[in-house]
Amino acid sequence: MISLVYAVIFILLAPVIGGLLSGIDRKVTAHMQGRVGPSIFQPFYDVGKLFEKDPAEVNGTQRFYVISYFVFAVFTGALFFAGGDLLLVVFALTLAEVFLVLGAYAAYSPYSHVGAERELLQVMAYEPIMILSAVGIYMVTGSFAVSDILAYPMLLVILLPGLFLGFLYALTIKLRKSPFDISTSHHAHQEIVKGVTTEFSGPNLGFIEVTHWYELVFLLGFTYLFFAANWIVGIIAVIIVFLLELFIDNTNARVKWQLAVKSTWAITLLVAIVNLAVLACVVVV
Amino acid sequence: MAYLQKSPWLIHYDASSCNGCDIEILACLTPMYDVERFGIINTGNPKHADIFVVTGSVNERNKYVIKNIYDQMPDPKVVVAVGVCATSGGVFRECYNVSGGVDMIIPVDVYVPGCAARPESIIDGIVKALGILEEKRTAAVMGVTREQPAPAAPAEKPAGGA
Repeated sequence: MISLVYAVIFILLAPVIGGLLSGIDRKVTAHMQGRVGPSIFQPFYDVGKLFEKDPAEVNGTQRFYVISYFVFAVFTGALFFAGGDLLLVVFALTLAEVFLVLGAYAAYSPYSHVGAERELLQVMAYEPIMILSAVGIYMVTGSFAVSDILAYPMLLVILLPGLFLGFLYALTIKLRKSPFDISTSHHAHQEIVKGVTTEFSGPNLGFIEVTHWYELVFLLGFTYLFFAANWIVGIIAVIIVFLLELFIDNTNARVKWQLAVKSTWAITLLVAIVNLAVLACVVVV
Repeated sequence: MAYLQKSPWLIHYDASSCNGCDIEILACLTPMYDVERFGIINTGNPKHADIFVVTGSVNERNKYVIKNIYDQMPDPKVVVAVGVCATSGGVFRECYNVSGGVDMIIPVDVYVPGCAARPESIIDGIVKALGILEEKRTAAVMGVTREQPAPAAPAEKPAGGA
């Protein structure tokens, strides 16, 4: 059952919540590094600033890719929160990501191209576990519809602990946190250039930032799905997962892309397949 | 709204500096001074930057680089020359390979003196630059064309490599 109301609420509220979470992220990160850090409203100031800047573009198609990235990321989240099909959600997220990569490839710049290639590697690394998570959830609940999954009476994480751990591993990539921030990273990390976002400036970069907020809220929503049977446990779990990601971000150095892809595949596929195999045996018995 | 003043991202370029001023700029980012609490981020990408911080005197080889970085920054933007070498050429002014201060190549908005400039005076200079940045933005919104001082030396890279 698709609920348009929840989709509209997501579209309106997600940037507010996502922006505040990013602000909290920067504040907590600064405190972990012994600094005071900016205000928690800093991401809003940043995006406001970016929209005040001159709309400089390297070519005419770049804006199209940025807007497509934005639209499909919002569509992903809206479909998810409306209670839509989880597989379609995962595929729409990939499509959004592909538009970002195309936008980076549209510019004739080696830094941008390296960022785009690394972004593709990241997509390749986390995509299997996203689909396997959807499959595992289907095996338990018998439905891909988010609204049915929410109505399932048991905590999914009890039956799918391996998939949840694998999802957490991939979440670090999706949130662009160390050690897997290989295509681009956020806030006070010094970079030579800004990876996949190198060639975006002004309003285009602002759109990418807002899209990250939508993605952040969607990904935390996906995390909540594993605890959906009890909403108190679910919200506490999401907060813990968010703080855990910040902790991992601040205690790890960036790894090379080879290690990022290999370790993600090895670990996520191992835990996911063991989890699914056990689950299949239980279902048969 | 004046978001520009709350979120200035800067790019730092070392034009033949002795590294003294560069160390002091990086000191501004450490927990001691923590300029990120004002929203200042050291981006390293001219296309994301609002403030161009240059240290050291400009020489004949890197004036094209400075002009290039400046041209890649989207408007509104300001230039801060940090240290006495960047403001006038300093003790290297008479060297055969030195063009002089940064203002020989691009228009400079704020000069921060010192050898090396103290982190406090660098932060003071950046804060002054924020005021100018906001002035430039309002001028652009109102449609007033602000008078830009012409650079003293035309910075065209000669064909065939310098």
